[in-house]
Amino acid sequence: MVPISRPAPGSGGITGTWRTLRPVVDLKKCIDCGICWLYCPESVIDWEKGQKIKIDYTYCKGCGICAHECPTKAIEMVPEAGL
Amino acid sequence: MRTLAVLKTALTGNYAVAHAVKLAKPHVIAAYPITPQTTIVEKLSEFVAKGELKASFVNVESEFSALAVVYGAAMAGARAFTATSSHGLFYMYEMLWWAAGSRAPIVMAVATRTLGPPWNIHDEHNDILAIRDSGWAVAMASNVQEVLDLTIQAFKLAESAYIPVAVGLDGFVLSHTVETIELPPQEAVDEFLPPRRPDLPLRLRPGEPITMGNIPSDDRLHAEHLKNIYRASQEAKKLVKSIDAEYGKLVGREYGGMVEGFELEGARYAVVCMGAWCGDAKEAVRSLRREGVPVGLMRIRFVRPFPDEEVAELSGIDKVVVFDRDITPAGGILGREVASVLGRDKVVNVLAGLAGVDFKADEFRKAVKHAVEGEYADRVVLL
Amino acid sequence: MTVRIDLLPKTKYVVPGNSACAGCGMMIGLKVLGMALGEEAVLSIPASCASVVQGLGPKSGVALPILNVPFASAASVATGISEAFRQLGVKGQAVVWAGDGGTADIGFAAVSAAAERNSDVLYIMYDNEAYMNTGIQRSSETPKGAWTTTTPTGKREAKKDVALILLAHGVPYVATANIAYPQDFYRKIKRASEIRGFKFIHLLSPCPPGWLFDPSLTVEVARKAVETGVFILWEYDNGELKLNPPSSALVDKSKRKPLVEYLKLQGRYAHLSEDQIKQMEEEIDRKWRFLLRFAQAARPGA
Repeated sequence: MVPISRPAPGSGGITGTWRTLRPVVDLKKCIDCGICWLYCPESVIDWEKGQKIKIDYTYCKGCGICAHECPTKAIEMVPEAGL
Repeated sequence: MRTLAVLKTALTGNYAVAHAVKLAKPHVIAAYPITPQTTIVEKLSEFVAKGELKASFVNVESEFSALAVVYGAAMAGARAFTATSSHGLFYMYEMLWWAAGSRAPIVMAVATRTLGPPWNIHDEHNDILAIRDSGWAVAMASNVQEVLDLTIQAFKLAESAYIPVAVGLDGFVLSHTVETIELPPQEAVDEFLPPRRPDLPLRLRPGEPITMGNIPSDDRLHAEHLKNIYRASQEAKKLVKSIDAEYGKLVGREYGGMVEGFELEGARYAVVCMGAWCGDAKEAVRSLRREGVPVGLMRIRFVRPFPDEEVAELSGIDKVVVFDRDITPAGGILGREVASVLGRDKVVNVLAGLAGVDFKADEFRKAVKHAVEGEYADRVVLL
Repeated sequence: MTVRIDLLPKTKYVVPGNSACAGCGMMIGLKVLGMALGEEAVLSIPASCASVVQGLGPKSGVALPILNVPFASAASVATGISEAFRQLGVKGQAVVWAGDGGTADIGFAAVSAAAERNSDVLYIMYDNEAYMNTGIQRSSETPKGAWTTTTPTGKREAKKDVALILLAHGVPYVATANIAYPQDFYRKIKRASEIRGFKFIHLLSPCPPGWLFDPSLTVEVARKAVETGVFILWEYDNGELKLNPPSSALVDKSKRKPLVEYLKLQGRYAHLSEDQIKQMEEEIDRKWRFLLRFAQAARPGA
């Protein structure tokens, strides 16, 4: 009767294509604090306490907040070109 | 308390609206005062305060917010009502379109009034006619009994077609005039108007994540939505008729659906008009008939959806005199719309009663006579 | 009573792949709203960035029940939803998620009325300090001196303090919040939703394209706003106003970081003169003094 939308990934497209830098995680440096998970504005970081993090690169926009906020600098923003 | 079969009482048009709304049992009412609608709002406020109507009465800071509150309530599944007039109606203009585009089943009373400048609280139809493109169903009553009946019918129409409905009553002429009327019993209205479905036009509930109104990925989705609204408004014509008939069976009064025909049998001329002054026009028609002038009258009840089929039935008529209590740079609104069905050569458009200037039965008589005798030089006649 | 990060819900109320800019501060706030109230809230969202980040229909980028509404109407629509739920016996919280434009400017009358009525609405103004959705035009929440497209030499007027104005309406709960302090925001949402009546939260949400900074710095910019004293975290609950950490520790001016540490991160302040910065520092002091005096006066038994 009226246009209804339902939650689904990719409502803005394959937003992973937006980025020019991608976050690469060094799990050895990761201290499982969850701060990157908390701050990621895209919900593309998955975290379970005890299991550290995993990033969904299909939708990650490469903003770099995770890398900037990580207290142990376990995340590095690496140029997308060439990957 | 024993309920009488029918209660005969004397009410102003505004109080008739209030009583009709009380019988319809809305959940949420929000309205901002504006002459000549104020006594609708005051009476409803009184009903709620006394516990006679169990509803939320929300005091708002403007008409825009009045419709916004009612819209939110309707989209959340409540039966909701508001009322306004002229400038207040225009203050909610954006919201009117949004409500219709959302298929919100809202009922709104409009006590018609002139627009300024200068300030003027007297009767005119420009205000309610100005919303005819918004998607709202628009109807006008011609006496206080019909004001009551039409308001109750409006809730049923809104909740069947999922089109909001504006019920017009002439400012002061009907809104503040007392007439004796019959109040249908609550049980009859309860039977006529069952509770609203909570899932149409959508189901808005905590824990059920849906979004209404975000940008569509394809404009064609939006276009289809607009076309669906158009189709729904055409379907609504049938509903107007069936609802009038069903209500008529319940209370013993029906009005003819989209239009009311009067003395059209064998008529060579027809008067077309809308609203309270049709009573005066009918008097004129009666008097002309007594003189042997074969004239009848078609009273527009619903101007939206537009009664194309009914107006087309006048195609055998020689001359149609359309009276507009409104004025635009394109002449009268009803005149132009009737001419679009019957052809401009058939129609004489008389603009009268503007700014609340009184236009009585004998003036209708004179105008109709002039018109059918071809004495007006122009197609649009300013009286 | 700060909630532990690992105890926060993992449900993705912000859905990946939505239309928000990379590094959007508001999305961090929306995530927190979801964590705190995701199963109770019904949102009214007026025209704003928040309308657009939902992505393209029939998909939605936000997993909450949302009614998109005209620009000036959100506070009133939410009131209608709230009243309908009350009459229909539906349990839930009507929430407004609106930008500074829709709250402080075009929607101000409706917000004031909802507050005056004490309608049961949780109103969250995410403040990116300009009309960002239409391309960075100034709003009454744009700070003095900031560049926007309609204030190209820097806004001449001061930032309107909407939270204090609403506090003066006598509503039961008003708070400021900041996306760099998500646990504080979470607690405030939870607290507000316990109260029946009008609740207002002013959430500072930095905007990379609008404030002209790299999207990786969104949280840092937000944090510096508090650390330099530009943005004060406070909470007004049932007649008592108090400052929240870390702002509570910054009453002592010497503990605040120098203002330039906040300003230098943002291109919208790049044109400021030494004099203008000095003036800004004085205005920050004035704002603190006013708020502290208000806090004293607002204490019960004061």
